[in-house]
Amino acid sequence: MQLERFQYDNKIPRLFAIATVFWGAVGMLLGVVIAFQLVFPALNFDLSFLTYGRVRPVHTNAVIFAFVGNGIFTAIYYAIPRLLKASMWSSLLSKIHFWGWQLIIVLAAVTLLFGYTTGKEYAELEWPIDILITLIWVIFGINMFGTIFTRRERHLYVALWFFIASWVTVAMLHIVNSFEMPVNLLKSYSWYAGVQDALVQWWYGHNAVAFFLTTPYLGLMYYFLPKAADRPVYSYRLSIVHFWSLIFIYIWAGPHHLLYTALPDWAQSLGTVFSIMLILPSWGGMLNGLFTLRGAWDKVREDPVLKFFVVAVTCYGMSTFEGPMLSLKNVNAISHYSDWTVAHVHIGALGWNGFLTFGMMYWLIPKMYNTQLFSKKLASMHFWIGTLGIILYAIPMYWSAFRAYFMMKAFTPEGQLQYQFIDIVQTVVPFYFLRALGGTIFLVGVFVMIYNLIKTAKQGQFIEAETAEAAPLPKAFTVPKSYMWHGVIERKPILLLTLSLVMVAIGGIVELIPTFLVKSNVPTISAVKPYTPLELQGRDIYIREGCYNCHSQMIRPFRYEVVRYGDYSKSGEFVYDHPFQWGSKRTGPDLARVGGKYPDSWHFNHMLDPASVSPGTNMPRYPWLFDNVLDVSTTGSKIHAMRKMGVPYAESLESTGNEILQKQAEGIAENLKKDKIEIAADREIIALIAYLQKLGKDTRTSASK
Amino acid sequence: MKFSYYLEKITGVEIYPLISLILFVVFFLGVTYMAFSASKESVDYMGNLPLDKKD
Repeated sequence: MQLERFQYDNKIPRLFAIATVFWGAVGMLLGVVIAFQLVFPALNFDLSFLTYGRVRPVHTNAVIFAFVGNGIFTAIYYAIPRLLKASMWSSLLSKIHFWGWQLIIVLAAVTLLFGYTTGKEYAELEWPIDILITLIWVIFGINMFGTIFTRRERHLYVALWFFIASWVTVAMLHIVNSFEMPVNLLKSYSWYAGVQDALVQWWYGHNAVAFFLTTPYLGLMYYFLPKAADRPVYSYRLSIVHFWSLIFIYIWAGPHHLLYTALPDWAQSLGTVFSIMLILPSWGGMLNGLFTLRGAWDKVREDPVLKFFVVAVTCYGMSTFEGPMLSLKNVNAISHYSDWTVAHVHIGALGWNGFLTFGMMYWLIPKMYNTQLFSKKLASMHFWIGTLGIILYAIPMYWSAFRAYFMMKAFTPEGQLQYQFIDIVQTVVPFYFLRALGGTIFLVGVFVMIYNLIKTAKQGQFIEAETAEAAPLPKAFTVPKSYMWHGVIERKPILLLTLSLVMVAIGGIVELIPTFLVKSNVPTISAVKPYTPLELQGRDIYIREGCYNCHSQMIRPFRYEVVRYGDYSKSGEFVYDHPFQWGSKRTGPDLARVGGKYPDSWHFNHMLDPASVSPGTNMPRYPWLFDNVLDVSTTGSKIHAMRKMGVPYAESLESTGNEILQKQAEGIAENLKKDKIEIAADREIIALIAYLQKLGKDTRTSASK
Repeated sequence: MKFSYYLEKITGVEIYPLISLILFVVFFLGVTYMAFSASKESVDYMGNLPLDKKD
């Protein structure tokens, strides 16, 4: 057979590597900023685009989609051609993919900072960007499959399976979760409402962790760990079992983010059971990674790359043990809404994703520049700085979570809550400070790495492309007897793709379809009325300011929550909530029943200067809400969009909406005047007060009747 | 309203977790059998794919 010559391109992997490191530094820097904001609210600078509620989504999106995303693409564009003995299918598509992805990141950062958000965690981007993501993702897929079809290696190595499954699953998740009803170019409402929206969102959110932060990085592990250790993976058989059971089980576990909420119980149980089962494949994968280094531990002592890999894989093991534990209802009762979850995700993000990426960079950059790493000593230093950073980040968060829990549930002998929410805030703020220090230390390590990598690149010569030779695949292929029948799947990428999709779709269908059938079964609470035009506008301000980043709207059926916040939440209360705003973290108190709890003037003063009514709070000020005039030009189209999604608004409310809005706003302004507060009725704060006063009010008035 | 209300309202809801568990167990056994019935030489070949060694 004639050997063919072809090239492995290094330019695109290098671009992605630079982007990974750059966005990593940016994303982590934002993380440090918001961590300090929670300690010193003055750091919000009274500027809308610098407040915690807007910056935090930029931090999460930057770390997930910019840092880890570019890390995935670095690995894929480097590994795929080499595993398949072929050039990437189209260098044009590679370039479009690279620049398109960076454009998405920039658009995302700008729109989020300016308050354009869907209000669904980790899927906050508005619909035009969602469409752009879909396009770029498809281009990436075409390029990847084009390469697979023109390959010169018949077998698909296990890393490729992880890449393929990740691609197809992320596509499915993104499309299903992004069903939105556009209001205008930069505003849309989630197609789903309340309980359904929550389930779809956390099915997405959980699997974004699974298929964006985990499975592609497992592909990365299965490629770069053997490379760096210069030995094959411990057990290839185990990797097959690891792959199939992991993708099969992962997709079911989403509801564990909604334990004790108004989500139907059977869905909660399903989520728990599959989460527990998830330990097995995850630990199989972890052990497979660690055992690869059996008998080579002397190398680990020498080689910073392997050091990073070992801690990364260990953190993967810790996270995947902790995750299932957090899915147990009694443990979740403590961890949900608390800093425990924050610690958990950061063990994953800093340890698993971060360290695996750093290890890959320390291996890849010298390789591509045909040189040695500039300083092994600095890399080892980075390793220790990073490890210390993770520890200093995580421990205060665990501590504060438990402290908050015990304070939250403490009752006096007379049966009253022992602590106000603000007491708890004040106790945990010092821990937030330690956490911010931990994050800063981790970030310092990243800068040490950047310096080291730049020095490495400078001392070497960049190899734009490596030439390789291989024979093309013969058309006719007879399977050798010795090959396992799994080989059929390994040679057929489309079959692999289809089977992966079937695997992940089963879980999705079983979980989601019954919940949509539940729609007719969610017991309608007749007292629950759709939002008035003013409340609807106010709700959109609530979403715009990212209030859900710190405040939940979901009271769990525990004594200490019911006494503190009011009766536990029922699914029927959320039927008009497009999107749901249950939240996932309580840095501030729950707001599900805050309506009517305080006078309008309290909310007015609280939003203007939270510390004036709640001394010691770490909530930022929102002065612009008092200057901005509410944009009422959208009222009609918002009502129209809501009606289209089944909200039973009165006939012709589109045209009369603003009259009704004005009347209600004037009522609130009147009310404020009684408390000696002068403000024009057309300001945004009025709408926000209207919304906050509506929360939980419908059901309370009906109960008192 | 108790949560189990919804559960009762979906006809045959108890079958969902059961189906999923059976599906998974069958599937898991299949994959495990498949992986461990593979010949050593094909497994070694696959495992060495990322390494530059010539076979």
